[in-house]
Amino acid sequence: MTTRMIGEPIPRREDPRLVTGQGRYLDDLGAGALQVAFVRSPHAHARIVDIDVTDALDVDGLVAIYTYEDLAAADEAGSSHLSEPLPLLIPHPDLTHPRTAYPLARDEVNHVGEPVVMVVATDRYVAEDVCDRIRVNYEVLPAVVGLDAAIEATHLVHPDIPGNIGAHMVQERGDARAAIAAAPHRLELDLEIERSASMPMEGRGVYARWDADDRTLRVYTSTQAATSVRAAIAAKLAVPIDRVEVIAPDVGGGFGVKVVHPWPEEVLIPWAAMRLGREVKWTEDRREHFISSAHERGQKQKVRVGFDDDGRLLGMEFQVWHDHGAYTPYGLIVPIITTTQVLGPYKPGAYRGEFWSLYTNTVIVTPYRGAGRPQGCFAMERTMDAIADYLGLDRTVVRERNFIQPEEMPYDHGLVFQDGRGLVYDSGNYPALLDKLKALVGWDSFAEYAEQARAEGRRVGIGLACYVEGTGVGPYEGAHVRVETTGEVVVATGLTTQGQGHQTMLAQIVADELGVPVERVTVTTGDTRRFKYAVGTFASRTAVMSGNAAALAARKVRAKALRIASEALEVDPSDLEIVDGVVRVRGVPSSPGAKTEIPLSTVAVLSNPLRYAFDAEAARATQFAVGGSSEEPPVAEDDEPGLEAVDYYSPPRSTFAAGMHAAIVETDPETAEIKVLRYCVVHDCGNLINPRIVEGQIHGGVAQGVGGALYERMVYDSAGQLLNASFMDFLMPYASEVPTVETDHLQTPSPLNPLGVKGAGEAGVIPAAAVFASAISDAEGFAITRMPISPSELFELRERFAAGEIPPLRSRSGHISGEGRFVRAKEDSR
Amino acid sequence: MTPDRGPTEQTHDISLTVNGVLRQARVPARRLLSDCLRHDLGLTGTHVGCEHGVCGACTVLVNGQPMRSCLLLAVSVDGSEITTVEGCTDPDGSLGPVQRAFMECHGLQCGFCTPGFITTIAAYLRRNPNPTPEQAREAIGGNLCRCTGYQNIVASVLRAAEIMREESGDAGVPAAGHGRGERA
Ligand code: FES
Ligand code: FES
Repeated sequence: MTTRMIGEPIPRREDPRLVTGQGRYLDDLGAGALQVAFVRSPHAHARIVDIDVTDALDVDGLVAIYTYEDLAAADEAGSSHLSEPLPLLIPHPDLTHPRTAYPLARDEVNHVGEPVVMVVATDRYVAEDVCDRIRVNYEVLPAVVGLDAAIEATHLVHPDIPGNIGAHMVQERGDARAAIAAAPHRLELDLEIERSASMPMEGRGVYARWDADDRTLRVYTSTQAATSVRAAIAAKLAVPIDRVEVIAPDVGGGFGVKVVHPWPEEVLIPWAAMRLGREVKWTEDRREHFISSAHERGQKQKVRVGFDDDGRLLGMEFQVWHDHGAYTPYGLIVPIITTTQVLGPYKPGAYRGEFWSLYTNTVIVTPYRGAGRPQGCFAMERTMDAIADYLGLDRTVVRERNFIQPEEMPYDHGLVFQDGRGLVYDSGNYPALLDKLKALVGWDSFAEYAEQARAEGRRVGIGLACYVEGTGVGPYEGAHVRVETTGEVVVATGLTTQGQGHQTMLAQIVADELGVPVERVTVTTGDTRRFKYAVGTFASRTAVMSGNAAALAARKVRAKALRIASEALEVDPSDLEIVDGVVRVRGVPSSPGAKTEIPLSTVAVLSNPLRYAFDAEAARATQFAVGGSSEEPPVAEDDEPGLEAVDYYSPPRSTFAAGMHAAIVETDPETAEIKVLRYCVVHDCGNLINPRIVEGQIHGGVAQGVGGALYERMVYDSAGQLLNASFMDFLMPYASEVPTVETDHLQTPSPLNPLGVKGAGEAGVIPAAAVFASAISDAEGFAITRMPISPSELFELRERFAAGEIPPLRSRSGHISGEGRFVRAKEDSR
Repeated sequence: MTPDRGPTEQTHDISLTVNGVLRQARVPARRLLSDCLRHDLGLTGTHVGCEHGVCGACTVLVNGQPMRSCLLLAVSVDGSEITTVEGCTDPDGSLGPVQRAFMECHGLQCGFCTPGFITTIAAYLRRNPNPTPEQAREAIGGNLCRCTGYQNIVASVLRAAEIMREESGDAGVPAAGHGRGERA
């Protein structure tokens, strides 16, 4: 028997290359290419008065200098569209005031880091020398930095966009305000989350070659959306799309930032390559990545809830002020996700979600792993904790009482999700997840531990957070599966890979569907030469979308193989099976060469009737070798040559994964240092394809969550300078900061797709800020409402708490509450 | 605006023994060792994640010591022995112990940081062949990874130590926790 591969934690197919330095990342390509550097705006908001290149012209090795004027001239001379703003990728009727950047700044710059001049030279060192000698004169304008300034709107980012408001959107189900007003209890929370960023270890990069003889353009780019980049380049440069090939080589992490496209550089580098007739390459450096790619997370929130004596939500109003930076190429995806996924595993009663998406003179905001969900989760979970505290209930009890129950699935929230489809949860078992989490972290015995710790003069706290994540959003992905005449199986899908092990995971699926050893399956992703139709890698969608597409394509190939084999073996296809790459009659012991079996390689040969033989295998398919009726055409009417198939998977809507995290923290009574003692994850992403890869995704997500909760923030000064634009100053966690993650899984299959899978890529990061806020609040005895939190901020909060400026929590683990009762004990004994 | 001139910057001839092979390059004085390895010698396994000495992706061994090649000028290590990730394989070209451990423990995802970890760990295990889980975590404390959360890299350090002990026929003192499951 072929061992079943789906569900096996097999090692990754991509690793031998990557661990020996044989990976091919963007900057590893194009050894002889010309190199590009950019002059970028040093001001957050300014008018460009003039650009003087005189001093730069005699630098040895300079090849070309381009400004906006050159783009305009090119458009005028040809049919390119480079002088127009970059596309608005995801329009939305509520995005009433969209704005996108020009590839090179036109008259105005709107954030530090916006590209103004492109320099092409023989190498990067020279290109940067040239940049140093270019003088750009600016008339500096007042900068709008931070949400308060954006809301206040004393100054405008774009003079024609009133109030700095790009969009205002409301979604409502029921009359939330009335429900809150009528509720027995009400609470109001003001919350805030600061900016962070994807920060992959490899920045962006583009390398282009134009073949003037063949009139084809090949572009390598470190992207999450190769097919869309291809379409964008074809449109912008006016090259027929059939003459454009886009390839995502090995990509050193993405986490969302590389799904934005076309970046200015993705159209400018190919344009320069065509213009100069030379290979041209640009590799982003770290400072560029900080100031000219994208950030996320920055929001202010207000929650108003009404609830009954048991803590059940009756109505919830959620208002969000979302900082989207200088431009809106990615539309409203992030705030839409925040205001829909805020609901998590709960029934909110009546719900009203409202957001304002606001311009600031800072780097653009586009999805970063979690894509608005961490903020939504933070809001809801802080609310659950607040309700528990208000009523003196255990935090898990309030959650339990608000859960959507397994028998209520599918559950329709009556809202529209980020994919334009209904927010309908397909499956899930939230009570079971919570039970698992409580067991894993030892929730019920924590109070005892906390009391003991307190007796020793230590402060510890426990926190938890629950989330539901819409994954596998459409519209579709496809896959091509072919069995070669060698018996090797090649698979291609159009979306791209940034380290998630897609080549392994997809090979496992195809191996199972076809009945071949996984070692014989080779997968290509993100290469438009191999597969032209795709959407991209985001929203934890690859396993769901390309996974199911690959399964469907493989099933077609299997059916064809069985049909051809059944003719050759003269048995009914239903009596055949494929084991270890051999089609054979069920129940008959294997005997190679017998009339009861035929290898897939031979089936592949027979699938393609030949006139010419090029090797011994092919000779078996030539016209005088194959028999058959001379009345029928060698390729039947609705058949095709080759043992291959393409299929697509397009779901009706997203599938919803879920999980719950708990953390135990210790805060130093003197220094306010925050130490993570334990971090527990229970997770349900439906059927697991490769548990080891899923586990790795969770570990990585949690690490980013820890960073976002305790360390990472973008520190802008009031002039819009990013003060910590380096790895020295932006505190990305090292191994010393990331806890060991303890995990447990539940597998509730999705009824929406053939494999029953849900996405897993973003899960780990979503609840982290909420979990830590919960745990630190528990340790300190007052509510944390703003993330991330540093020791010095916690120290200041303590001082304000001591001064009576912050109200105490009533219920804490291992504490006697203000009224002198041990709050947890009552509710814990369910 | 397209003057095309050849570079006339002053250059220096240097020789390096890279992964046991004598290599020569003609480089300007300001050429970083990382760029020299990657672009002059074509050894692109050494990656640059920050070029300011913080992430460790560019770590190579200079005369056996782990160093950040983005902080070294190529001319300053003229005559040195350099080991890059390409040189961390076994003599027959198969995966070396640290490389095998990374594969077995799922110690990498995108793989961009991995070369810096592998060189760092290879050097570390030579000094301390029998680390505890805490020491293993400490050993990788200067390298950034954005994908893995480090847990499986810690496991990889321990597994690599185990492989090296197995290969040297020395059972050694078993370090606590091995393979995939590092426990705090
Ligand atoms: S590239 Fe050298 S330390 Fe980051
Ligand atoms: S594996 Fe991607 S940065 Fe470490």
